Amino acid sequence: MEYTWDFKVILDSFPLLLRGLVVTIELWILAFAIGLSLGFAVSLARVSSRGWLNAPAIGYVEIFRNTPVLVQLIWFYYAFPIVLGAQLSPFTAAALSLTLNTSAYCAEIFRGGIVSIARGQWEGAKAIGMTRAMTMRRVILPQVLKRMLPAFTNRGIELAKVTSLASLLAVNELMYQGRLLSSTYYRPLEILTVVALVYFVLIYPGSYLSARLERRLAARD
Amino acid sequence: MQYQWDFAAVWSHFDLLIVGLIGTVELALVSIVLGVIVGFVVALMRLSHRRALRTPATAFVEFYRNTPPIVHFFWFFYALPILIGLSFEPFTAAVLALSTQSGAFYAEVFRGGIVSIERGQWEGAKALGMNYRAVLRRVILPQALRRMVAPFVDRSFELTKTTALASSLAYAELLYQAMQVNSITYRPMEVYTTIAIMYFIVLFAASNLMRLVEYRLARVG
Amino acid sequence: MSDTVIRIRNLHKRFGDLHVVKGVDLEVKRGERIAIIGASGSGKSTILRCLNFMEMPSDGTIELDGKLLGTEGRANDGGAARTYSESELCEVRTRVGMVFQQFNLFPHMTVLENVMEGLITVKRTPKGAARSRATEQLAKVGLQDKLHAYPGKLSGGQQQRVAIARALAMDPEVLLFDEPTSSLDPELVGEVLRVIHALAEEGRTMLLVTHELGFAYHFADRVVFIADGIVYETGTADDVLKHPTKERTQAFLARFTERAF
Repeated sequence: MEYTWDFKVILDSFPLLLRGLVVTIELWILAFAIGLSLGFAVSLARVSSRGWLNAPAIGYVEIFRNTPVLVQLIWFYYAFPIVLGAQLSPFTAAALSLTLNTSAYCAEIFRGGIVSIARGQWEGAKAIGMTRAMTMRRVILPQVLKRMLPAFTNRGIELAKVTSLASLLAVNELMYQGRLLSSTYYRPLEILTVVALVYFVLIYPGSYLSARLERRLAARD
Repeated sequence: MQYQWDFAAVWSHFDLLIVGLIGTVELALVSIVLGVIVGFVVALMRLSHRRALRTPATAFVEFYRNTPPIVHFFWFFYALPILIGLSFEPFTAAVLALSTQSGAFYAEVFRGGIVSIERGQWEGAKALGMNYRAVLRRVILPQALRRMVAPFVDRSFELTKTTALASSLAYAELLYQAMQVNSITYRPMEVYTTIAIMYFIVLFAASNLMRLVEYRLARVG
Repeated sequence: MSDTVIRIRNLHKRFGDLHVVKGVDLEVKRGERIAIIGASGSGKSTILRCLNFMEMPSDGTIELDGKLLGTEGRANDGGAARTYSESELCEVRTRVGMVFQQFNLFPHMTVLENVMEGLITVKRTPKGAARSRATEQLAKVGLQDKLHAYPGKLSGGQQQRVAIARALAMDPEVLLFDEPTSSLDPELVGEVLRVIHALAEEGRTMLLVTHELGFAYHFADRVVFIADGIVYETGTADDVLKHPTKERTQAFLARFTERAF
């Protein structure tokens, strides 16, 4: 087992890996920002007492949670364009499926938070004439957002990891660049290890933050 | 948008998809079993008083929690063989990737369950003259196991979804087989929708079945 | 403006198969103080909660200041329930305030912010004016020194007084009290009842659901005894509480005879 590591390869490939990292981050920001807002909308439908809003929202959430995310990516890249009648670029297909996937999980986080608030809070707000929307914004959300923060951070971490699947659609993000470089130089050990480490450096602060948040919130209760 | 659905094409190759489904289940089951073993060992290491055991176990868990699964698949398939001078079957590499990464998560499940048992239980058992192994086996684990069921089910559910990544190593699981069927029939819409439904049925059924078991266990307790 | 503030006709409320309110008629005159009494589960709270639409009536009509609320509609069960738009309900609720058994204060806002909330978000009162009005109401309930405390730091009696100030700040025509002292420790009941009594002296129109019969006697112009979801007996406090004529009212009050009114 006399393997000689070639560190020069790592230095040579670093600029391309960084370029991949930028695409990873772009994908992450896009999917997280839209996924959060869309997830909130879905959660509103999910907590609605109207069946025609509620049932599709349940279906939406369950479909995304009960199928592998890679299958979702593949479906949006290869199958969806057929009903759409237009080809999607790999980046668009990846961003779209990751956004929808994230929104389904975020919807469940929002829903959990919203239903955790006692009914009395809704009634207290109603009794002074506040509308449902006002109550949500001024009374319910301010009380639950802090509590939901660790769950959202975890979702962000999962999303950061899942962006790597876009490489399988040939989106030129970090993992894709890593695979490309490792076959170009034929140095998969060095390059894939470095790719793993870059992801670690990117994601670890998030999970450290999430663990601390969780402990702080637990201590306060 | 007058899309002509043609499920007959998929149906005539359904046997290939069944082969894939079996591949998925095999991969999941083997990885769950090995992952549980890895997880148990790592959990005991993390709970140890010796730093020499604790530190590497913590690093193992943190590494896997903060890097994307797809990196592990490629690393075990392309990088590790170079290091040890042996090459792996796609199945072996996939099992290695899945059982180590799920091992990291199972370790947290075990650890969480064990530390959730009050100190008084340890002290009570020790006061009877029981040694560490006896306390763990006779007193702590029987109580902790029940609390571990729900997170264990969640983790196994995630693992099963992650098996789809083995398609990128050309292991014949459900997604890979679907890609093959697609290349024969060129009906991506039908093929990928079909396997999404297959995943959904299997995962939805499995998670509800486990929830039932969970419920039974909780009632027994 | 007529003398009658609220007129309820044939009010029904069902929860699934459970028929809780079975045809209640009631008129509330301006400045009147009504105590609603009855056993637990008699439907008395539900009637009160229908008046500001915390519960949607299953059947019947409610008039506020002579104006019939809602529009004709049909409920799922085929009943003649009316439909109400959200904007109408919100408007009604600013005119018919409510104080709850569980206070329902907003824990993430200070006492002052709790009282200002409705003024700012619903009535669109400018901040400065809202602040001075809220401070005024809090002084009225004796909490001028707790403006910046959070509800969680207050006693139950203090929290309930904040809730009263919050309802008062909206300057409602009618104020509903839903068992305002039932979740308080006995030694804290007095401070809340004193505040309610002071409001009664001001001539506010108030409806009070309560188990405190002694207080009801001194508070109310009129007492309504509810049994099995209907108005079983009604009259002046003297009539109903001291000289009840009907059998179930007598039986209900027998349990309280040792109490002096």
